[in-house]
Amino acid sequence: MKKSGKYVISKKIDGLFIALHDVYRFLLRFFKEVLLPPYEFKELVKQCYDIGYKSLPLITLTGFITGLVFTKQSRPSLAEFGAASWLPSLVSIAIIRALAPLVTALIAAGKVGSQIGAELGSMKVTEQIDAMEVSGTNPFKFLVVTRILATTFMIPILAVYTGVVALAGSFINVTQNEQTSFSSFVESALQNISFLDLFSSVIKATLFGFTIGAVGCYQGYNSSKGTEGVGKAANSAVVVSMFLIFIEEILVVQVVNAIR
Amino acid sequence: MIKPTSPIDPSTHPISIVGLKKSFGDLHVLRDIDLELYKGENLVVLGRSGTGKSVLIKIVSGLLKQDSGTVNVLGQEVDKLNTNELQQLRLKIGFSFQNSALYDSMTVKENLEFPLVRNTPNMTRKEINIAIEDVLEGVGLLQALNQMPSELSGGQRKRIGIARTLIMRPEIMLYDEPTAGLDPITCIDINNLINEVQEKYNTSSIIITHDLTCAKSTGDRVMMLLDGRFVRTGTFEEVFATDDERIKTFYNYNFTS
Repeated sequence: MKKSGKYVISKKIDGLFIALHDVYRFLLRFFKEVLLPPYEFKELVKQCYDIGYKSLPLITLTGFITGLVFTKQSRPSLAEFGAASWLPSLVSIAIIRALAPLVTALIAAGKVGSQIGAELGSMKVTEQIDAMEVSGTNPFKFLVVTRILATTFMIPILAVYTGVVALAGSFINVTQNEQTSFSSFVESALQNISFLDLFSSVIKATLFGFTIGAVGCYQGYNSSKGTEGVGKAANSAVVVSMFLIFIEEILVVQVVNAIR
Repeated sequence: MIKPTSPIDPSTHPISIVGLKKSFGDLHVLRDIDLELYKGENLVVLGRSGTGKSVLIKIVSGLLKQDSGTVNVLGQEVDKLNTNELQQLRLKIGFSFQNSALYDSMTVKENLEFPLVRNTPNMTRKEINIAIEDVLEGVGLLQALNQMPSELSGGQRKRIGIARTLIMRPEIMLYDEPTAGLDPITCIDINNLINEVQEKYNTSSIIITHDLTCAKSTGDRVMMLLDGRFVRTGTFEEVFATDDERIKTFYNYNFTS
């Protein structure tokens, strides 16, 4: 029997509200479990190492190229107006206000988000999460809380690191074209950076980190049975977190501009 | 709050289930289940795939909640327990999963010490190592100590899965399809292991299976589950001494295939 369009739309709206309610319950459980003992410090440190330290090579490469290319591409436009000396200042504002947290978050969403989604999804379909539960361990606390906290702590640190590496890339490009010392580059780069820029950047990265962890864990922990479910969890973890990161970027920029 | 004492004596009946019902949407999986597990026995729950056998032991271990009925495990009603009480009860229940459910990212040793380290914080490293070697020796896989689960065969994974539950010295063992997907020789090994566990650790077990050879060699008592209800109970021979076509078909198909 063919279902009417009205029926299909109504089912989809129902599904959306059910999904939103599930997300709400998941987040509520996270905030409850994060406060209640026992605390999984050992696993949290392990996750911070896996998420933070193991992402360094990729983040370093991406950050460096971002700074280098952004400087190279911006030079002709500024040089046309005789403003090439403003380059360090322009680049640093762009990197610290937007590029460092955004690039870090997008890289982490691809690398860490998919890894969390696939790992938890695989554990779910092979009953490893059930096995953990029956052996007297709270799997939500052990697997979900530690991963969300680790991304929330590590992404801001990685974003600060990305900013430094991107500025290094920019410096390399600047020294190729002009006689500039490192100290004058740094001085020029930092002269227009305010505390609000740094603070909002770190807050934004923290928000992105929480989003990556929460989305990855939610998708993996709630993945359906079978290998298809694992693939879907990994894929959704990346797509949904990237989408949310851009939404959050827009919202935070609006708030910061209003404060500024 | 002091919970009312149970009328069922847990020292003689580690598990007692009355009027258990469980549905998933419109699908009525368990319709009206009554079950008594006696102390020290191996009880086999036999039935076709998809008849709710695994759902039954997942309810017993608190992984799923029943729609109605009472599930009493070691004198406690499982669905009435809070998280901490359930966690404590689960330490007395060993659950061997169909696909072993070993933690992929950990070695055999780490798999075995995981429940031990987390639930017995007073144990020294030496005591933990002795306990690990003891259970590994018990399942005949001492040499696999530092291997990853991916390096083990299906039968070895089952054995390690059973060892991981035994390390907590459970009073009750729940086996979910212990011989599924294994070759006949390995099936015999696993069946022998289940009997050895019963003798050595004095466990009371529910063995979920559709494998008649497993049921015959491990079961002190067999319960046949059909259409969400137990239709026959007794020894293996008693269960199949019937004119019920559904049971005869199940028997014939199992042995002729």
